[in-house]
Amino acid sequence: MRTLKFLLQKEFRQIFRDPSILRIIFIMPVIQLIVLPWAADYEIKNIKLAVIDHDRSDYSRSLTNKITASGYFILTDYTSSFEQTLGEIEHDKADIILEIPASFEKDLVKESESKLFMAVNAINGVKAGLGSSYLRSIIQDYNREVRTEWIQFPRFSPETNIEVTNSNWFNPSMNYKVFMVPGILVLLLTMVGSNLTAINIVKEKEIGTIEQINVTPVKKFHFILGKLIPFWVLGLLVFTIGFGIAWIVYGIYPAGSFSTIYLFAAVYLLAVLGLGLLISTYANNQQQAMLISFFLMMIFILMGGLYTSIDSMPGWAQAITKANPVSYFIEVIRMVVLKGSGLADIKYQLLTILGFAVLLNGWAVVNYHKRS
Amino acid sequence: MSTDKVITAEQLTKRFGDFTAVDAISFNVYKGEIFGFLGANGAGKTTAMRMLSGLSMPTSGKASVAGFDVYKENEKIKQNIGYMSQKFSLYEDLTVKENIRFYAGIYGKSDQFIKEKTSVVLEQLHLTAEGNKLVKSLPLGWKQKLAFSVAIFHEPQIVFLDEPTGGVDPVTRREFWNMIYLAAEAGITVFVTTHYMDEAEYCNRVSIMVDGRIDALDTPEKLKKTYGVATMDDVFLKLARKAVRSAD
Repeated sequence: MRTLKFLLQKEFRQIFRDPSILRIIFIMPVIQLIVLPWAADYEIKNIKLAVIDHDRSDYSRSLTNKITASGYFILTDYTSSFEQTLGEIEHDKADIILEIPASFEKDLVKESESKLFMAVNAINGVKAGLGSSYLRSIIQDYNREVRTEWIQFPRFSPETNIEVTNSNWFNPSMNYKVFMVPGILVLLLTMVGSNLTAINIVKEKEIGTIEQINVTPVKKFHFILGKLIPFWVLGLLVFTIGFGIAWIVYGIYPAGSFSTIYLFAAVYLLAVLGLGLLISTYANNQQQAMLISFFLMMIFILMGGLYTSIDSMPGWAQAITKANPVSYFIEVIRMVVLKGSGLADIKYQLLTILGFAVLLNGWAVVNYHKRS
Repeated sequence: MSTDKVITAEQLTKRFGDFTAVDAISFNVYKGEIFGFLGANGAGKTTAMRMLSGLSMPTSGKASVAGFDVYKENEKIKQNIGYMSQKFSLYEDLTVKENIRFYAGIYGKSDQFIKEKTSVVLEQLHLTAEGNKLVKSLPLGWKQKLAFSVAIFHEPQIVFLDEPTGGVDPVTRREFWNMIYLAAEAGITVFVTTHYMDEAEYCNRVSIMVDGRIDALDTPEKLKKTYGVATMDDVFLKLARKAVRSAD
């Protein structure tokens, strides 16, 4: 125990003397949580629309007005030549072309039927899909307006209508920030936990002080605890700062209890620190450690369910996410923050993460040799 | 000089793949002696020293240090030795006093012992005024002397020094050797590798390694007589010229 005291004292002194660690702890959460949620927005806005109006009638103009008034579209061009507008799509000046035929108004009035043509730049599938469905629903809406204008007070509606009302639970205003911010917080904790630990130990390898420690009677177990405890404390500190920012900037306050979140975070940090420790036993210098953790972080982020729903991934990808500790915490933090889930609801995830912690730390301890 | 053996090595060997870094070396080191371990770069000195200090697992052969077996009791060996590697290995972002306290602490020394001995050591090193300065602010020579003091602070039986005076000016080298003599007088056995042949003259006995083997082992006087030369420099040149292994 006395040995551990000396190890911890040394570690904390070094941490608080290192300006770069302090910067990571205090500036990284602020930037990530203040800037990223605004960029990581699922809503598609500012779709560039070019309208080819061969008709130039009242109806075509009021349709165009209705589309631009929706706020989702920016009218970049309003012409009557298809070739010219096609060039705009090729030069990325337009995302969607809407072509209104020359007989639009006439057909609509005389034959009660008219056709429109929509051409979509589908390089970005999400933008293309959402953009064209927004446009379609605006046109349908317009269609209904035209119809009510003509059919004066019918005794019976000529069509049957099914009307659906819905209510959004847990995130009533469908505010995506409430969904993203807790997830980003998890990533923050993961990066701080694994990177700081890995780099700290590898740095001692580079300087040669680890050899000096290895030639002392310090037990492997004490040395590793001496590294884990400071970064565990640091991780919880960063997590707390992050929650403070989420509350002050976005008004996000967990529906569930803080004790559930912190219990999970405490166990989760053990797993993440174990990962950092494991990386450090394989890496010989800081570049190697950085590259390994960068590679893992990419997988963790893209297969963690932060941006894309895990349920819509193919089966084999879903299987991979099972081996990703990040995915469990993102799921849990959203459950607790948005739904107010309690300990009983997250039992499975908690036990799984505990398993990760035991496995990763155990592997690291076995792989750390005082003697080569 | 005493006849108690504190280090014994018999056919001690270390291979890395097909490369034999240390090739069946055998020798004894007696209590309180200053044992010089000489050899060209890449001759296997550091590897041999790392095996004896429990940092490297021998491939074959036998060895014991401070009465403990290097295979099974390496953690017990560590309690009884001090080690100063080629790389400077104090924490540069800790102060002089914090480094001393840390290393003494992990060897299990009491607060009382640490406190009293720290002021004695700082006085010997003329570093009393620098006690609270960060180690990175000290000149190299001072750092090396401090590293040596830290390596013997916990009063080990044996201290291993791997090229302790590399890159240090001649005055500091002389001071460093005075510290080595003081340690030896206090009963600490000194096992030292060096490239400086004037330093070899200061040792009680000297071994010269060539291509992983010990080619000569005796007092400096006898070695000079055997090879019929005037200085240790010439002894070394005569032996090292036979080396086929290229330096690293």
